[in-house]
Amino acid sequence: MSRFADLFMGMLGAAPKKPEKVTDQVQKIMFLKYEDKDRYIKEKLHAREHHAISHKWRNRRWAVLIATNLLFVFSFWLDIQILEGALTASRFVGFHLIDLNSALQVMLAHKHIIVNLVIGTFTVFLLWVLLGGRTFCSWVCPYHLLAEWTEALHLKLVEKKIVTDHEFHRGTRTVFWLLFALLAIVTGYTVFETLSPTGILSRALIYGPGLALGWVGLLLLFETFYSRRAWCRYVCPIGLTYGAVGAISPLQITYHVEHCFHEGDCRKVCLVPHVLDVTVKGRASEEQMGLGPDCTRCGLCVDICPSGALRYEVKGLSKLL
Amino acid sequence: MNTPAEIPRKPAISIEKAQKARRKFLRSVGLAGGVIGLSLLGYIPLVNARNTKLRPPGALNEADFLSSCIKCGQCVQVCPVQAIKLGDLDDGFGIGVPYIESRDQACDFSCDAVQCILACPTGALTYKKPAFMNVREGALLAAAPILKAKEKDAENTLNLKERTGIARLARPESCLAVQGKGFKGQARGAAFKGTMRYMDVDRWKPIPVRDHPYDLPLCDLCVRECPVKNAIELRPLTGSDGVARMTPVVLEPCVGCGVCEMICPVEPAAIVIDAQATWKGEQA
Repeated sequence: MSRFADLFMGMLGAAPKKPEKVTDQVQKIMFLKYEDKDRYIKEKLHAREHHAISHKWRNRRWAVLIATNLLFVFSFWLDIQILEGALTASRFVGFHLIDLNSALQVMLAHKHIIVNLVIGTFTVFLLWVLLGGRTFCSWVCPYHLLAEWTEALHLKLVEKKIVTDHEFHRGTRTVFWLLFALLAIVTGYTVFETLSPTGILSRALIYGPGLALGWVGLLLLFETFYSRRAWCRYVCPIGLTYGAVGAISPLQITYHVEHCFHEGDCRKVCLVPHVLDVTVKGRASEEQMGLGPDCTRCGLCVDICPSGALRYEVKGLSKLL
Repeated sequence: MNTPAEIPRKPAISIEKAQKARRKFLRSVGLAGGVIGLSLLGYIPLVNARNTKLRPPGALNEADFLSSCIKCGQCVQVCPVQAIKLGDLDDGFGIGVPYIESRDQACDFSCDAVQCILACPTGALTYKKPAFMNVREGALLAAAPILKAKEKDAENTLNLKERTGIARLARPESCLAVQGKGFKGQARGAAFKGTMRYMDVDRWKPIPVRDHPYDLPLCDLCVRECPVKNAIELRPLTGSDGVARMTPVVLEPCVGCGVCEMICPVEPAAIVIDAQATWKGEQA
């Protein structure tokens, strides 16, 4: 199977695999890295010492996420009419924008599609094909931000041994995607939207809070005390829809094996650690590798990496520059 | 012939690991069952729907409406009187779906052109239903409703094919006109937040109802403020106690907008909208 197919299967839930073939360059890099152990350790410590801990990408991302959601809020509250609607469907200075998963649910449930729905869906489709699928999750989704804070709390509790993390099979998200699609077709209702914290939070911000926030609260409690980032990792079909759409996106985070000390700091902070499996010693098959469609491009790994082995890059562009 | 080299066997999985994997699998099945089960609770409010909600103008039939609404609230945003609200979790699959609570704030067509329909991106609110969707008997309006507010305009009708409901004099005994009584003061009291467009005050901006007090020898608020021409009228009531009595009678052009219910000064309202009800001929 090609690497692309492997990554795609990984998004659907398959366990990461060791590469069958490693290029000569990578073998050479690995050889050079470990040739002189003392030097290797020295370099490692040096990199660590001189790594200024920054939250550059996290701060940028939070700013974008908050700004986008506030633009929705102010468009209605202050009547500035730039981004009208909610995250499920909106109009940006008159252009229809429709969330891909919401559009899909409506099309499956209603079985009738009008022109505006097609236009809005296509615009958003193009946008995320270019920007990278799951960018939506970490750069736009309001639930992501709450879950991020909850996750930090959860990790603290785990560290203090107050709670233990319960993992589920990553494939459950794929199962949920299929089940919610099937439910929409069979029942004729957009069943997923009843539970979607993305939609609930977006509407609560714009139109005022309601009972539905109780459900979001329950989810956050579940993630704090039982399972790390459970909704995003194991349930939410929105992420999978966007992941599939952005699979061929030129914007991605790339991994450069040459600079990596394989210490795994990045995997600890990652929301979808399986995409960083390449950073494990012996898992990289090429000098430079994109992280694949399940990566949300959140940049936490870029911020934390002491050696600059992980970077934001636009495919093809780095060669031109 | 060479004997095939012995294929190296995978080391047998430890019991502990196997148990862990089994627990993880069962947990995942539990999660799937739990979440899907919870999502199906959305049916309960539908099954128990005793009083169906009033939907915005141009709404498809209830089942189609619920399935086609993308829950974005763009209809809410364009409504000049903020009559449209969105359903909450207790509405099940109706969460995020728009409805109107006429008694609190009715749709008075202040926008002139049912803009909520224009704003809807999925066709859940529509000027014209697609051919394959059925029109319920009595839902279709005989003619395009004439908007009193723009009666003198070249285009004086609303682009509306079906009614959202129909008004009904639910409590004739409490109706002031039936009692032969007049009305003086703020229609809904000083605390009422509802707004409405009064053409003689401002053509474009709705004002609070409490800022527009009345002084009427015989209460005719529902007829006076009805935004649609010939949708309701007062008829003399037979009776011989010397008092001029009248009764409001709902007519075919009624679109079910709810202004009569909002403006009715008695508590509870004498006239109400039967949401999603259809025209069944003149009710005595």
